Amino acid sequence: MKKLLYYSLPLLLIATAVVPFGCSKTEKGRTDELPALQPSKTDLDAGSWKPILLTSANEFSISAPIATNTPEYIAQMNEIKGWQASLTDDEKNIVKYWSAGAVLRWNEILRELVAKHNLPPYQNEDGTYPAPSANNPLAYPQFPFANPPYAARAYAYVSAAQYDALVAAYYYKKLYNRPAPYKVDASIKVLVPETDLPSYPSEDAVVAGAAVEMMKLLFPGDQDYIQQKAEEHKRARIIAGANVRSDIEAGEALGRAVAQKFVTRARGDRAGSAGGTPTDWAKLETDCIARGETPWYSLETPKRPPMLPLFGKVKAFLFDSLTAVSLRPGPPPLTASKKMQDETDEIYSLIKNDTREHYRIVHYWADGAGTSTPSGHWDAIAAEDFIQKNYSEVRWARNMALLNMSLMDAAIVCWDTKFFYFNPRPCQLNPKIKTLTGVPNFPAYISGHSTFSGAAATILSYIVPERAGAYDDLAREASLSRMYAGIHYRADCEVGLETGKKVGDYAVQKGKADGAGN
Amino acid sequence: MKRSSKTCLRYCSLLYLLIAGIHSASAQTDIDGIMMAKKNLCIGPMYGYSSWKNYWEGSLKRENLNLGTVSTQMYGVMGAYGVTHKLNILFSAPYVTTKASAGTLHGMKGFQDGSLWVKYQPIESKIGKGDLSLYGLAGVSAPLSNYVADYLPLSLGLRSKTLSLRAMGDYQIGKLFATLSGTYVFRDNIKIDRDAYYTTEMHYTNKVNMPNALSFNFRAGYRHNDIVAEAFLDNWTTLGGFDITRNNMPFPSNKMNATRLGANVKYHTRNLRWLQLVVNGNHVIAGRNVGQSTSINAGLFIVFDFLKKQAPASTTQNVQP
Repeated sequence: MKKLLYYSLPLLLIATAVVPFGCSKTEKGRTDELPALQPSKTDLDAGSWKPILLTSANEFSISAPIATNTPEYIAQMNEIKGWQASLTDDEKNIVKYWSAGAVLRWNEILRELVAKHNLPPYQNEDGTYPAPSANNPLAYPQFPFANPPYAARAYAYVSAAQYDALVAAYYYKKLYNRPAPYKVDASIKVLVPETDLPSYPSEDAVVAGAAVEMMKLLFPGDQDYIQQKAEEHKRARIIAGANVRSDIEAGEALGRAVAQKFVTRARGDRAGSAGGTPTDWAKLETDCIARGETPWYSLETPKRPPMLPLFGKVKAFLFDSLTAVSLRPGPPPLTASKKMQDETDEIYSLIKNDTREHYRIVHYWADGAGTSTPSGHWDAIAAEDFIQKNYSEVRWARNMALLNMSLMDAAIVCWDTKFFYFNPRPCQLNPKIKTLTGVPNFPAYISGHSTFSGAAATILSYIVPERAGAYDDLAREASLSRMYAGIHYRADCEVGLETGKKVGDYAVQKGKADGAGN
Repeated sequence: MKRSSKTCLRYCSLLYLLIAGIHSASAQTDIDGIMMAKKNLCIGPMYGYSSWKNYWEGSLKRENLNLGTVSTQMYGVMGAYGVTHKLNILFSAPYVTTKASAGTLHGMKGFQDGSLWVKYQPIESKIGKGDLSLYGLAGVSAPLSNYVADYLPLSLGLRSKTLSLRAMGDYQIGKLFATLSGTYVFRDNIKIDRDAYYTTEMHYTNKVNMPNALSFNFRAGYRHNDIVAEAFLDNWTTLGGFDITRNNMPFPSNKMNATRLGANVKYHTRNLRWLQLVVNGNHVIAGRNVGQSTSINAGLFIVFDFLKKQAPASTTQNVQP
């Protein structure tokens, strides 16, 4: 006893002295200290890549830039010199932050807004639930409820709009061939890596302009924040000596114009009515009962209407609506069948064996309320790999667009399947099943995580082939996590992965045909 | 040397559960103005039950029909040892289970945070009609298992390693006493299973910055021979952190504050002085991002006197050297 004390007492005293002052409290994010993006190739010919919605790269015209020997251009050069004459730490920090990549940073901002808004509304006094209103986004419940289908669609539109806008921008870069300010005047310091890519219109401003215009529709209550980020982004490029103001203004205008085309598409893609009506909700239940099956019920108290039951009708990016329906897999085991009983028993035995490793896997992939959703998680996985590849901005956007169109279309096919079969969750069939994370408020078959992950792993394996094995492992773990969590049957997960892969294959075909190569 | 009457008592100086979260249990903490006599060891099992139905989401008090009543049971071993009559060591190791009565969420079970305290009494003097004692305490706590922190309100704890520094004063006149203490709790950052999370902004990391905390405790009551009966009021304030957003789940780095009112009784029978019974209860009367819990704890402790080299059986003599 005494011996033990002789050891423990000095240790405690040392800990008392060291611990409070030894540990720094602020935790850095994984992408906080990224080096500046230095593309391994400029992709100067990206103006010839196939856009997604634009009929051609020059569908929206921008005027020729003013010559570099005009007084106006020289005034713009002096603006850069004015900033650079006395740089604050704050200004250096924003240059450093944005130099990591425009598409990357806007994707991170989008993930942040999704996480902020991914909260299910609280019930009304009478047990019904209020729906967010796009016309009154700041009233409770705030618009949007950025749930997984909403988020998948948001990522797809922002990425696709940025890609098309960059294809147009690169077309004009090559056409007008205006050099970067530091190539015109050697006395301009350049705070980011130099490039041979022409600077008009600014690719950064194009990306910001497209994001701002698209996010006005998707996150109308966060305009202050979005505008502030866009202003900071544009200023960073001028401070860095990478663009003059006319590069920025032309880029922003082009980004906004292209995004307008996507906004028009989004207004008509049927997502606005995906929430359905009480009549729709009742019909889903009665149709399922008429088929002789046990219908899905919300496991929340009070019972919450299902999440976006008509999202399966939303217009996909990669295929038409008939193809979307044809991708719907065959039915799950009948609810009264021995097979369903066995699958339910399997989940019950898994949750009884709730090991620490199961929790790690379930919580790593849960991507539930208050997170950037499975699509955002796959964007984060992709972004960390894309950072290593030193893509040009246009290639970043193209790859993110292929990924996010896969994820949105996976959500469409998955939601169509879920509400076509309206299959109950394991803990509805056996209330003894307790779940390791929250039960999503929509039918089980097929698993959303599995469909998202199958699609993401397929397109990412095309984009970064050397990581194909890793993506497949990640997708399988994400899928399995839903069984460990007690919220999906094996059939949901296995068929979900297969269905997701089929969706991902459409993106691979699109990627092979867009002229970007790999 | 004349010793004051209270330190001659062989009451176990024990660790109390200090609720510091929306979870129902947290690291144990020593908070009373009693010292163990030299070479006396007091050790025994402790059981605790705590539950809440209402909680504060930020400052909004609400219930959650998808959680029902959240309850925590604690089975622990606690002990205190007198290195000298002015220097004590205290320790505890709790095993905790959690459960929600409604909804589908799976309960948790496992070893929570072990704690180890050193308690030093540098000053003891007669002031006026009573005895004043001053204490300095330092304690550390750390998870005893790899339990999940980011699963509130069903997590066993917050996983943060802590270092607490406490100053405490105790004044006793006759059989009545009052004890006041203040504690600063340094909390180490934690790692969670997710690789990104949103607080009031996005964090692309699995590491969570845990704000430090401050707590105060005031207790007063009757302390004589075989019994201590006291009431207490305490407050835990997290120095930083953020509020749970509307209808969101709680997060380990929330700003968790709680004010509790409670009572505590320690008792041993006159002819079995080596056996101690401790019972206490408390209720959260105000809070922020915590459950409004009601808790009861009970423990049975055995006192070993190593100085006498035999069990201090039913003797009536004092144990001072």
